Amino acid sequence: MLPWKTALVVGASSGMGAEVARRLTKGGCKTALVARRADALTKLAEEFNTATPVMALVFAHDVANLAEVPELFQRICRDLGGLDLIVYAAGVMPRITDETYDTSLDAVTISANLTGAVAWLNPAAERFGRAGAGTIVGIGSVAGDRGRRGNPVYCAVKAGLATYLEALRNRVGRLGVAVVTIKPGPVDTPMTQGLTKLPMLISVEQAAEGILRAAAARKSVVYLPGKWRLVMWVVRSIPSFIFKKLNF
Amino acid sequence: MSALHQPASAGQRRRASVQPLPSDHLERVWAWGMSASAMEYVYRPSTVEALRGVFEFAKKQGRKIALRGAGRSYGDASLLAEEIGLDLTRMRRILDWNPTTGIVRVEPGVTIRDLWQVAIEDGWWPPVVPGTMHPTIGGCASMNIHGKNNYRVGPIGDHIREFELMLPSGAIKRCNREQNADLFYAAIGGFGMLGCFTSITLALKRIYSGHLAVTPIATPNLGAMLSEMEARLDRADYLVGWIDCFAKAGSLGRGLIHQADHLREGADPSAAQSLRVENQELPETFMWGLAPRSIMWRLMKPMVNNPCMKAVNWVKYLSSLRQSGKTHTQSHAEFAFLLDYVPGWKRAYLPGGLIQYQSFIPAPEAERVFRGQLEVCHQNRLPAYLGVVKRHRADDFWMTHGLDGFSLALDFKVTRYNRERLWAMTAQMNKLVIEAGGRFYFAKDSTLSGDQLHSFLSEDRVKRFLDMKRRCDPDTMLQTELYKRVFGQPALR
Repeated sequence: MLPWKTALVVGASSGMGAEVARRLTKGGCKTALVARRADALTKLAEEFNTATPVMALVFAHDVANLAEVPELFQRICRDLGGLDLIVYAAGVMPRITDETYDTSLDAVTISANLTGAVAWLNPAAERFGRAGAGTIVGIGSVAGDRGRRGNPVYCAVKAGLATYLEALRNRVGRLGVAVVTIKPGPVDTPMTQGLTKLPMLISVEQAAEGILRAAAARKSVVYLPGKWRLVMWVVRSIPSFIFKKLNF
Repeated sequence: MSALHQPASAGQRRRASVQPLPSDHLERVWAWGMSASAMEYVYRPSTVEALRGVFEFAKKQGRKIALRGAGRSYGDASLLAEEIGLDLTRMRRILDWNPTTGIVRVEPGVTIRDLWQVAIEDGWWPPVVPGTMHPTIGGCASMNIHGKNNYRVGPIGDHIREFELMLPSGAIKRCNREQNADLFYAAIGGFGMLGCFTSITLALKRIYSGHLAVTPIATPNLGAMLSEMEARLDRADYLVGWIDCFAKAGSLGRGLIHQADHLREGADPSAAQSLRVENQELPETFMWGLAPRSIMWRLMKPMVNNPCMKAVNWVKYLSSLRQSGKTHTQSHAEFAFLLDYVPGWKRAYLPGGLIQYQSFIPAPEAERVFRGQLEVCHQNRLPAYLGVVKRHRADDFWMTHGLDGFSLALDFKVTRYNRERLWAMTAQMNKLVIEAGGRFYFAKDSTLSGDQLHSFLSEDRVKRFLDMKRRCDPDTMLQTELYKRVFGQPALR
């Protein structure tokens, strides 16, 4: 049985967010689905809400729209009748070449992966800290463990997210709040479609299961699958003067 | 931003007018038994004007309000998730005290403790007090609380001369037995669903000593306890029975009655001394003054489980056999406020907390029903750790729990493993109560459902109360989790 009664998933329309939401609603957790694409959300909600009482509530929202977050967050808590878990699963990974320096594209990457996360997880941390309970889950990436030539800003925002989550953990962990950083390797989602040479690729189902298991166990940092922890330890240990010569 | 709940309904259109509340007011509010809690936006006004301001603010934001006094109801009677919690503990002034007549006028946040400490040295004592001195008078009136003397003096409502009630519109209604009498009998015991008390006028009881003459009487089973209490009704001032809920078969319901009587005028040669607050106060230490009472619950915590509580109840019963029949004196505070002996004792029940299950049964049916309830507990292997029996009488308040009979209050530990079984068991016990024409008490309740409410209060009574609510609070601004649970889900969610 899931340890939560109410949950909020940001980025619930596809990929890991949708699968996490599917498992939450199936497990009896009333879940608010937040994403930009209303039609995709509505479709999911139709799939989840087969019986009464309704388990999935739908809220269309663009994470770039920071100003509407506080009010929407409060409204969701009210409509759910509480909040025990928040999962920030929204994110984008632009396809770029080694020659791309597109600041406006980078701004979108920063906004969806990091600024949006801060906007949603700040009120959640404030609330959970006051409650002395609650679980915050952020989806980082193994990409955040090292700055790679292939996607500088994506690596940077995932590193930023991981550090932000660590800081939140240090801030509200002592009040009884679990802050869980998930660092998946490649996951078979729309975000990675068309990419080749993906090492240790896992399915979205495997990822969602790992995310919820880590959240229920109130883990701090979890790699998905677990062997990435060892791999990334090795990768992090490579001295910079060698790393910069590698083709990662 | 757009909410796309499917399917769209009128409820959602109403939701659109709901405005946000400042997040710095967000707090976790607990049921006293700590088996339930809610996140609420809490406001603590200290004046009638500020109180009116909160009602106006709630109306403007389209939000609901739950009234809360000291938060001493065991269950969800003062909780309302994600809405405004109106905490009245700062409206704590004694507006008028007349030591000659014993009439006191107080704000709703004044506690029983504030009240007796002001009155006792003038020779007065609150006519009705619960087992703890920490509830507010506003809360006591809303729940129409009773004491160990209920069979003799009725609930606290019987001693309220008058009150002023602020309706959600901000209007203040003065109510007594002549003026707005309907509202008087509905709001006392109306669990905060009609308006907020802004002043309450109460008649206290004359006492001639700070002591009571207390006689313990051990009883070998439930039948003996009830008939022993029944036999003492016309002479005892206070009667309360403790039950060892672990005892079975022929000893089922064995326990100890405490009878307490006021000393008559002149019987206490040092009345002026015994009436001093200092000589009433509960001691702050235990173990011969070596340890502060504040640590007691930590020592209790490892013992709050079936085998240890069985042993504790057994030892208590054995020692009661030795005390039986020996009259001694005790201060009013010591006798009345048993629940305050161990400060914060509820925390010994954490992490799951506790619920109290109290039912009121007409006297002729009481033995059979209580016996049935105790047996149900044994069958389910969910014994109550504390059982208390009291004698009651009927009264005229609309939502009353009072009837001519007995009540049995049972404390149950709640854990994440037993929660479902416990609620299922109380449903079984509720059935016994309803079949016997019994009643329940909102201050204690955690388990009642809507259809059960209609069965015990009668359709007619519930309808009359809801009509009154529509008149006083047309927007159903005043709600609690308890209200939503027993009156269905009105308008919201």
